[in-house]
Amino acid sequence: MSFVTAYGVAAALPMENPTADFSDTPWWVALIKAVGVFVYLLISTLLVIWFERRVIGRMQQRPGPNRNGPFGLLQTLADGMKSMLKEDITPANAEKFIYTLAPLIAATMAFVSFAIIPLGGTVSMFGHETPLQVTDVPIAVLLVLAVASVGVYGIILAGWSSGSTYPLLGGLRSTAQVISYEIAMGLSLVAIFLYSGSMSTSAIVSAQSSLWYILPAFFSFAVYVITMVGETNRLPFDLAEGEGELTGGFHTEYSSMRFAMFFLGEYVNMFTVSALATTLFLGGPQAPPLISAINDNMFGGGWWGLLWFTLKLWVFMFIFVWLRGSLPRVRYDQFMRFGWKFLIPITLAWVVAVAFIRGAQLGFLGDSKLTFAGRELSVATVVIVSIVAVIALAAAWIWDDKRAAKAAAEDEAPPEEIDPFEGGYPVPPLPGQRLAEPGPRISATREPVLSTASTTSATSTFAKEEDHG
Amino acid sequence: MTSTAEAVGFWVLAPIAVIAALGLLFAKKAVHAALGMALVMCILGIFYIMQKADFLGVIQVFVYTGAVMMLFLFVLMLVGVDSSDSVVETIKGQRWASFLLVIGLAGVLFFAIGAAVIDETTVQSGMDKLVATNKETGNVTGLAELIFGQYVWIFEVTSALLITAALGAMVLAHRERLSPRITQAEWAAKRVRDNKNVAGLPAPGVYARHNAVDTPALLPDGTPSDLSVSRVLVARDQVATTDALRDVERHMAREIEEGGSK
Repeated sequence: MSFVTAYGVAAALPMENPTADFSDTPWWVALIKAVGVFVYLLISTLLVIWFERRVIGRMQQRPGPNRNGPFGLLQTLADGMKSMLKEDITPANAEKFIYTLAPLIAATMAFVSFAIIPLGGTVSMFGHETPLQVTDVPIAVLLVLAVASVGVYGIILAGWSSGSTYPLLGGLRSTAQVISYEIAMGLSLVAIFLYSGSMSTSAIVSAQSSLWYILPAFFSFAVYVITMVGETNRLPFDLAEGEGELTGGFHTEYSSMRFAMFFLGEYVNMFTVSALATTLFLGGPQAPPLISAINDNMFGGGWWGLLWFTLKLWVFMFIFVWLRGSLPRVRYDQFMRFGWKFLIPITLAWVVAVAFIRGAQLGFLGDSKLTFAGRELSVATVVIVSIVAVIALAAAWIWDDKRAAKAAAEDEAPPEEIDPFEGGYPVPPLPGQRLAEPGPRISATREPVLSTASTTSATSTFAKEEDHG
Repeated sequence: MTSTAEAVGFWVLAPIAVIAALGLLFAKKAVHAALGMALVMCILGIFYIMQKADFLGVIQVFVYTGAVMMLFLFVLMLVGVDSSDSVVETIKGQRWASFLLVIGLAGVLFFAIGAAVIDETTVQSGMDKLVATNKETGNVTGLAELIFGQYVWIFEVTSALLITAALGAMVLAHRERLSPRITQAEWAAKRVRDNKNVAGLPAPGVYARHNAVDTPALLPDGTPSDLSVSRVLVARDQVATTDALRDVERHMAREIEEGGSK
């Protein structure tokens, strides 16, 4: 295969520039859309806090907030008002300026990324045809990562400027956590870029018109969902504020509105990462497969997109709540080991595999075709996919073998008899285990200690115990 | 030439960048200097985006905020939370050598950039070419073609250099363990073997009102137990007194006695 043909194929790749057309969008329509996104996020935050408390309540067999408004819907509003009226405390040791700056960074940065998320199709707004998306750029997805890494400054600065130990530890943890999980997150997104040939959100969405990327990039999806929980500091990865160890972590010293801003930032961040997952893996505002078949996709595009987008977004929010309701917090070293020693290398291998699959699909590795069951397949694709499958199967097999060997080694039947004092201190027998011949010492301890007759035997017991130790 | 929006953006952001850069030089606390650097890097990224180099701008923000974050960690962990910079020269003649190098760098930058911008029509045609490339090939694809085509050798050599540096840092920082690590189970076994504090040290805190770590536990006779407070707090002289608590306890004991005699 010559280089020229390969280049010809590359030229036929989908363009990396956004497919959304903003040419008919005057600045005031863009402003209206920006305000609309802001309001959408604020209302969603109000709703999701209520939703989270109700769902977790149901999972724990209690009603959850149900007094303010219908079904307790206004509970969050009441909590927000309360938090505004609370005393705003600045610790004496705090670095005043940065202490105030930190929650501002955390809250404002959370809103920025939503600007590039496509919430719907092209709609008519005050006589202008405009996409339901504030803006789009050729590097939109990278922008989300960049903004997220600026947003973490809010947390680390809060931890540092509070002038107290727990917040500092929480801030440090959060830094390490975000740095390590952003690598895995970025790598998992590379597969999407390879499939769509673009980093612009609207181009990625339109590239998914026939197949959502959750299927071809299923592994990236799994890694992304894990890392998005790590990035947003949510259970089971909320080590930066683990109240068991660090009281409240980085926001221990904060109160009133400054605390509420961290709270708001956290929830808006959840929406942002979920929206990105929706856009990259679930086709964004496209109608779900069966519904899109009705009447030539009559429920797709335009304002309908907003409905589908919101529904998909809330699926992820439910997953967030579900995780919080069912999983305990992981240990910090295990969390870091999982990120560095498992997620990053395996995602790297996955990206290489996807690069080969994509190369084969685009004909870089040869043009020969074969017909199978009436469909024409490229030989190179079949070969590469089978190689990847064989490697994955072999790895799984070896891993399973090792695990089985380990389990067998651990599973050795315990000895039938146990001497409860062998290690120096009392150990109860396992189920089915017999106590070793008790000897005189156990009968001796059972006897009343005060009786003069047993004093000598009791002393000898202690002597024996010391021998064992 | 530059559009109005770009000019406004430049004149608003450039002074902030200069102030932040000066802050990096003159800030007393290392954390403030790192913050100034983060701000400079973010504004540089915005400048790149204004110059139609989208990818470069976002990567600038993405990479350098992460890098400054590492600097933060170094400051917090190696220098200490509140420490100011020490101005003692550890390597002799370091200041003069760096001064000479800075002059050299400034000269190179001045003449290289000066040669590039001296002709306005060249700049304009370069800008036009960039806009055309962004539109037809795409910003990222164009950059990729340069990095992995024309300059692939330089790119790979630079990455090898960086990896060598990272490995060198790891080798220098690595330290072999001299003794095996003692696990939690071994500590427990040791406590039993020594028959000392077999159930662990007593926990601090007396009564629900005062369960703070700086409040020593009270022994049955009412005296505070030194074992229950962290030795860090003892060294810092931050241990709370238990006199008031013992008064409360005496009061309660009296009440119990009175209740019993009634």
